[in-house]
Amino acid sequence: MLVRLNVNGGWREAEVWPGASLLSMLRDDLGLWGTKNACEQGECGSCSVWLDGELVCSCLVLAAQADGRHVETIESLSHDGVLHPVQEAFLEAGAVQCGFCTPGFEVAVADLLRRDPHPSEETVREALSGNLCRCTGYEKILDAVRLAADRMDQVTP
Amino acid sequence: MEVFRPSSLYEALEVRAAHPQAIPIAGGTDLMVELNFGRRRPEAILDVSRLPELQVIGREDGRVTLGAGVTYARIIRELADHPALAQAARTVGSPQIRNRGTVGGNLGTASPAGDSLPVLAVYDAEVVAASTAGTRRIPWREFLVGPKRNALAPDELIVAVEWRQPDGPGSFSKVGTRNAMVIAIAGVSLQLDTAARRIRIALGSVGPTILRAPEAEAFGAGILDESGAWADPRAEVPADALGRFGELAAAAARPIDDIRGTAAYRRHACAVLARRALTWALDDRRLAAG
Repeated sequence: MLVRLNVNGGWREAEVWPGASLLSMLRDDLGLWGTKNACEQGECGSCSVWLDGELVCSCLVLAAQADGRHVETIESLSHDGVLHPVQEAFLEAGAVQCGFCTPGFEVAVADLLRRDPHPSEETVREALSGNLCRCTGYEKILDAVRLAADRMDQVTP
Repeated sequence: MEVFRPSSLYEALEVRAAHPQAIPIAGGTDLMVELNFGRRRPEAILDVSRLPELQVIGREDGRVTLGAGVTYARIIRELADHPALAQAARTVGSPQIRNRGTVGGNLGTASPAGDSLPVLAVYDAEVVAASTAGTRRIPWREFLVGPKRNALAPDELIVAVEWRQPDGPGSFSKVGTRNAMVIAIAGVSLQLDTAARRIRIALGSVGPTILRAPEAEAFGAGILDESGAWADPRAEVPADALGRFGELAAAAARPIDDIRGTAAYRRHACAVLARRALTWALDDRRLAAG
């Protein structure tokens, strides 16, 4: 079936299997490989994207359900080679090990800081509870969130 | 496979009548896993996520209507005056899951581990089901008929769930291996009805379906009577009576051994959670009384 959606500001369409997930459409049909495919059951958060501004696991959205709607992926965070402050913070804090969980974490962190620019430690942990890092580099990831929050605070008064 | 994407409830009910084999999908947190893993290949899928009628949260004359398509994230934001339901919503999955998962999904899947279900049981909720022939209200005790089975007819859709706003403290708690992304090993919801001087308690994940514990409910109301705690929230309820309340609640469980826990552990967890739930409810009343 034909699914047409707005991805990162532009309308894209693809012919997909009616049972296909949004994740498989993004990766296999639209070539957006930044969104990762790991557990396919909503456990790991590697496939996190925004659907009409809400953080979701794209593996649990039927592609057909996203028809006519707006999707933002990890690729929307950087512009013309300039990284988003969250991405800069992940690099600086050493929050990237194998890197597989990184896009999902960065989308979840950017989502948190959009809603709550000064999150408490508990809020950060709860906001990231749907993302797994199997290198278990969580402390550095928490450092990156604090760094990003400080940086973004300075740019946007 | 065919996907139907109606934009109104009536259109959806017409599809449901013509294609009763079509599996409804809302947040997709249950169905997509089965599709992704090839465990299920339905002939057709009925997307109910675009139906505005399912997004309603209504309050009228002390009755609350919660649309089947309302997500757990919205429940946390908009039903903070329902602590038991809001607490259950907070324990569901992760932020990503709570942005998608719906109460209608819990009711449709009818798993004994559905986190919102013990709360709806203590609210004595009614499930509003609709077909092209009309709407009916299914009493809670008739809705869940077994593990992953409910009383919905093949041509019906779950539209909403309704209850009378409870007058008194309530809670939901569950036991699992971590705070997020956990299927409960045991879950307990308790609601005090101070006007009627009744206690309602329900158990999840410890039987083929959600179980109320009538003996514990009667005993609990009785000890609050004897101690004078209904009339005076500051009255002390003896600790051994609270312990006995927990044991009676656990006696209503019908647990099995499975990969998540043993029957004996589940029964023990019910006793502890039930005792704590009643203690919290009494503390809440004491705090409110000042």
